[in-house]
Parts: sequence; structure tokens; C-alpha cells
Amino acid sequence: MTFEPRHPVADPSQKQTFRHRLSGLSDRTIAWIFVAPSIALLLAINIFPLIWTIRLSLTNFRTNRPYAPVKWVGLQNYRDVLSDVGVWHSMLATAHFLFWTLFFQVLIGFTLAYLINKKFRGNDLWTTIIVLPMMLSPAVVGNFWTFLYQPQIGLFNYFIAFFTGIDPSSFSMIGDVSLAPWAIVIVDTWMWTPFVMLICLAGLRAIPESIYEAAECDRASRWRQFWTITIPMVLPFLMLAVLFRGIENFKMFDLVVQLTGGGPGDTTQLTSINLKREAFEKWHTGYASAYAVILFVTVFGLASIYVKALNKVKDR
Amino acid sequence: MSGYSISEPSARQKWIAGALVVGYAILTVLPLIWIIATGFKTPNDAIAYPPKVIFHPTLEGYVNLFTSRARATPDMLEKLGPPTTWYDTIVRQYDMIITGPSRYGQRFLNSVIIGFGSTFLSVFLGTIAAYAFSRFKVPLKDDLMFFILSTRMMPPIAVAIPIFLMYRALGLNDTQLGMILLYTAVNLSLSVWLLKGFIDEIPVEYEEAALIDGYTRFQAFWKVVLPQAATGIASTSIFCLIFAWNEYAFATLLTSGTAQTAPPFIPTIIGVAGKDWPAVAAGATLFLIPVMVFTILLRKHLLRGITFGAVRK
Repeated sequence: MTFEPRHPVADPSQKQTFRHRLSGLSDRTIAWIFVAPSIALLLAINIFPLIWTIRLSLTNFRTNRPYAPVKWVGLQNYRDVLSDVGVWHSMLATAHFLFWTLFFQVLIGFTLAYLINKKFRGNDLWTTIIVLPMMLSPAVVGNFWTFLYQPQIGLFNYFIAFFTGIDPSSFSMIGDVSLAPWAIVIVDTWMWTPFVMLICLAGLRAIPESIYEAAECDRASRWRQFWTITIPMVLPFLMLAVLFRGIENFKMFDLVVQLTGGGPGDTTQLTSINLKREAFEKWHTGYASAYAVILFVTVFGLASIYVKALNKVKDR
Repeated sequence: MSGYSISEPSARQKWIAGALVVGYAILTVLPLIWIIATGFKTPNDAIAYPPKVIFHPTLEGYVNLFTSRARATPDMLEKLGPPTTWYDTIVRQYDMIITGPSRYGQRFLNSVIIGFGSTFLSVFLGTIAAYAFSRFKVPLKDDLMFFILSTRMMPPIAVAIPIFLMYRALGLNDTQLGMILLYTAVNLSLSVWLLKGFIDEIPVEYEEAALIDGYTRFQAFWKVVLPQAATGIASTSIFCLIFAWNEYAFATLLTSGTAQTAPPFIPTIIGVAGKDWPAVAAGATLFLIPVMVFTILLRKHLLRGITFGAVRK
């Protein structure tokens, strides 16, 4: 064993290597230093709360009674949630909302992308204008839509009246049980169609010109080209758009809460709104936690199955 | 068929496509124009039937947005003398006096602080994590990346219960710091995924050359990679900022007073008799305009941002 001077200050080259050692950490160490803070933050603010939710879901804890004795109730909360008519009603409202928003957004979004891809003059400018609603705060915009939906004075009702001749004060989009589910579909479609449009546009622009030229040589009709080239080539993009919109709309809260608040009655009470009421108005914390876990498992499960299907389409 | 090209639709096709798209664009932008216009109307003009397209613009909505007012008795008004400022004049028409600023400025400032704070943090953490994922062999890399993405699938309300309890215990409820940390965590998935895509596109050769020249890893990262990734970092920042700016669910559940941001506040603005729509519209306009400007600046990277980098074009 040899002893070296502890403070080799006198030797400048030695100092250099010391500094080098400080900043020249091994790649492996740097990788961990760089990744660790992100993982730590996500563990603290996402995973830890999730585990806590699971724990709470097995108890009868109530947030507004923090000192009441907490009882372990096992899976009782899950049984209660799944046998609750209100929950199933919310699931149904969510399914209606999901299906029709996706339907309209895919239909209109794809059509718009197809038209924009005709490359008319100024298409960039108009694309940017169409995209605007998507980036705005859903709560603020949703709140303003309640003004547009006012019977008599609302711009939306005025438009409908103008084109159909119906009395503008004779219907209330957000006050009528049969119209409210469509009121939220309309605003969500208005807001998010550009999202589907942008993704479809990327898909359309990625189709190589040569494929159409080859089809033209084979004398395939335009109609046939559309169904055998355009649609299959855009499908993976379209499915990706549906995945994103599906997850987002399954979680939908801000826009609808501001528009209808779940009403009238509970007609537009989507699962997130129902969950919020259970958790933060009725303070059924244990029950709401079980509800939250069920929702998370549902969205995660559906998304996983869907991604598998998406990959199959992509590999084709 | 001379001069016929498949890539080039006929003039007629272009014309029809253009007309349809422009028609849709006008229809879709109408509600936004209506928000901006309503902000400059008097309350009576705002609720007129048929809806008023031509009206005398007034700043009443903006005055009402930024002030709190009280009704004054005639002799009180007399004692005060004539109005001294233009906003006094507007308020006096309704026999009211300004009693102080409203809470809108404070809420707006909260949005700015929380937005910028969380954007800075999530882009900083996201950049270094994305660099590590892009350049180094991180064990379980794919699983970690998927884990980071999956945090985005949770409904906000589902994690809000324990976060509410946790923040209450830590004293972070209704604080700017609490909201900054929360939005940082939510935005991290976006920033890591987007930035990894941007850094992947920078050729490794640049860094290798720098390393051979005697740069350390840190130096290579700082002086070679960061400048190359500047555009990517800028557009990622804007996406994170827009998300934090627009967020409502967490904000409404976890803030009520001091740290409340604008989205939960704007819908609660009320006037003397029912909702003061011009003031709401004025508040919304000021809040939405920055995002519209950013969207126009971002249009080249928009697709990438909204798909977490899945579609790059």
C-alpha cells in the first residue's frame, strides 16, 4: 500500500484530473442522475397517490370525518359501485358521449383533411384557423358556450332558428333532457375535430404519389383508389387519433362540467363528474376510490386492447 | 390526356375543396369571434335579440372585469363630484362607484406563475431524462418510458382524492408551489416523450466528435446537444405552458383562494343582475388570446405536440 499526499494542490495536472473526475462521471451514473428526478416526481405525485387510492378503496374512510375510526371493508366498496344504478347510468352517458364525439370527429376531421389535401391556395392559413379551438381552455370556452346555447338570445339558437324557422326560444340545448347529451357532443366536436383532422392530414401526406400512379396505370377508378389506397393507408393514423380522443373523452370533465354541470338531472353526468360528486361533494372517499380504480382499470384495459389492434393494422 | 397529373387536383376540385374548408373555418371561428365581440358590448347589447352584430364598442366589460363596484346613493355621488377618469365615467352611468380592484388580476397572475414555473421544471427535468433515454443504456428503458406515458391515462379526479389528502397533510393545498409540482408531474410525460423524439433526431456524431476533442459528457450535453435541441425545447415548452394554462380539474379541486388560477375563476364572474356576460367574455378574451398567438407560432410543430411525438410528419 502506498501513501500519496492528500492535497496535491501543488500539482496542477492532478487538480485537472480531480475536476475531470467530478464532471466526467461514468455514462451510467449520468444516466441515473438525469432520469432519477423525473421518476421520483412521478412516483410521488402519480404512483404513490394511486396506491393510496387503492388502499382507501378498501376502507370506509371519509375525508370530511378524518378522526372517525377507519374500518377495513374489503371489496364491499367495489360491490357497491358496480351495483349502483347511478354509476351505470354515468357509464351509459359516457358511452353515448364517446361514441358520437368519435363518430362526428372522425367523419368531419377526415373529410376536412381530405379537402385540405387538395392543396387549394391559402390552405395553410385556413388550417391554422380551424385548429384554434383545440388549443383553448375547455373550461373557459365551455362556460361561454352556455351563453351561445341560451334560448332566445343565444347565437346557436339564433342560427338554428334562422335556418329551420323554429322559434329560438322554444328549445334549450342544455336545459332539455333530450337535447343536453347532444349539446355536449356538439361542443366537443367543435373543439376536437381539428385534432383528428391534423392527424389524418399527416396520414394523407405520407402516402407516396407513386402508388396512385401505379393504380392509374392499372386503370383503377378514383372511387376504387380511394377505398383500396387512401383509406387503408390513413387507417393507422385515424386509429391513433381515435385512441387519443378516446382516452381524453373517457376522462372528460372540464368542458362538460362547465357546460351542463352534469344536468339536467343527471342526463350528462359523465363518470368523471359522477366521481367528483361522490368524492368531493358527498365525501364518500372509500367508495369514490373504488370507483376511481374501476375507471382507471377500464381505460387502461381498453387502451391496451386497442393498441394491440392498432399495431396489427400498422404491421399489415 | 396531356398535362394530366394525379398529384395536382383540377382547378374545379380545388375551388370546391377550398370553399368547403373556408366555410367550415368561418363557422368554427364564429364562437371565438363572438367571445371577443361580447367583451366590447354593454350588458344590454350582449343579450339583445336578434343578436347584435353591429354595436357601439365599449370598455365596460373590461372595467367590470378588473374592478369591484358598489351602488351609490345620489347624494353620495354628488358629494364625490364629477368622475375623474374614463373608467369612473363608465361606472357612474349606472350610479355605481369603484370600490377596488377585482380578483381577476390576482387569478391571472397565478396562472402566469404556475404556468411558467411548472413549464420550466417539467421541461428541465424532461430534457435531461429524454437525453438519458435517448443516448444511454437505461435498464428497463421501454418499461420506464411506457410508465411515464401511462401516468397520463389516469383521470385527474381519480388521483385527486389522495393528492388532496397528501397536500392537506403537507400544507400544499391552495399554494402556488403545490400546483407547480402537480402540473410538472402531469406535463412530464409530454415533455419526456416529445423531447426524446427531438434529441433522437440530433446525430450522435456531433457529441462523439466533442467527446474526442476532450469535452466531458456534461460539456457535450450543454454545448452541443442543447443548442441543437433548442427548437424542440421551445415548442415543448409552449405545449407544457398551454396545458398548465388551460388545466381546470385539479385547479378547481385543489385551489380555492390564494392559488386559484383563471380557468376556475372566469366562470364565477357575476354582475349585479345575473351573469355579467361582457365581463366574462372580456376575461376569457384576455385569457385565450395568448394561447391563440402561441398556436399560430407553433403551427409547424402542432401535430407532434398533440400526439406526444407519435406523428412527426
